[in-house]
Amino acid sequence: MNERKVDNAHLKNKTAGKAGILREGFIKSLPILCSYLFLGMAYGILMEEAGLPWFLSLFTSLTVYTGAFQFVLIGFMSGGASLLTIAVTALLMNSRQTFYALTFLKDFSSMGKRKWFMVHTLTDETYAVNCTLETKGERRYGTMFVVALLSWLYWAGAAALGGIVGQLIPYDTTGIDFCMTALFITIFIEQWEKTKNHRPALAGLGIGILMLCIFGPSTFMLPSLLITSGLLLVIGGKEAA
Amino acid sequence: MERILLIILLSTAITFSLRALPFLLFRGERKMPEWLERLGSMLPAAIMAVLVVYCLKDVRTDPAHKGIAELIAAAVVVIVHKWKHNTFLSIFAGTAVCMIMMRIFV
Repeated sequence: MNERKVDNAHLKNKTAGKAGILREGFIKSLPILCSYLFLGMAYGILMEEAGLPWFLSLFTSLTVYTGAFQFVLIGFMSGGASLLTIAVTALLMNSRQTFYALTFLKDFSSMGKRKWFMVHTLTDETYAVNCTLETKGERRYGTMFVVALLSWLYWAGAAALGGIVGQLIPYDTTGIDFCMTALFITIFIEQWEKTKNHRPALAGLGIGILMLCIFGPSTFMLPSLLITSGLLLVIGGKEAA
Repeated sequence: MERILLIILLSTAITFSLRALPFLLFRGERKMPEWLERLGSMLPAAIMAVLVVYCLKDVRTDPAHKGIAELIAAAVVVIVHKWKHNTFLSIFAGTAVCMIMMRIFV
């Protein structure tokens, strides 16, 4: 009898802890809900406009799951970009995830079965939110997992919803694709303010504009990305010497 | 359709590999080489700059219609973001302005 009581108390404590973690994760994920709902739906609508149905938006969002690159991918899917251009763009655009992952080497490695899911669901937003957690141990890992899982579902759900809404309501959505531009500008400003060394950003702008003038809008991305990263390697090497 | 599936698979493979790379390379105490760390600190800002140019490429090809609308909206994003530093608000305001401007500069 006594033993059972102890068991019950233990169980109650455990579920309360789980509910607490769930609630904390949900609250932490609210800013992400806001931006993913808007951007995800815009993504779904744009996919639909490009002739790519809602289930492709859903599938891409669950698998590729990187907001900024998915927007660029719409143009690649509907246009005639070469697989090489797509691969190089994916490599360079998403390389920042590698550096995000470095931040969480220890955390994710202590999360057992959840580790590879955490790796897969690393985005600009989950990185930013999970960086601000101050808790430790299972409370920290549980919250991180809830934030990651919810964000993934918000994004995929919003993308599918956008595709369906775009199909049902023939709203004139001309100009909504600007939300991708706006997203990149805000990230650009955040990155600009984080560092005193503005040469990389200015190099990217200068080379991008120059390549656009030389190669034109459909093929300038590949040379821009390659020359920019090559130049940074040279600058980085010189600064070290 | 096959091409699109191939593109999705390729993108998934590359993106997942990039996210998983540190977990495969730096198991235990092995440290990141210095040049890679420097590249990592500079690359994101530069790539984002190229992407901003990519997004605003219509300023060159269609300056009187989409170009001007996007330039005005881009200025709105910069001002709103500098003012409030709220990503959602900046994106929402910029997109709304762009949609309105594209109906003005037809």
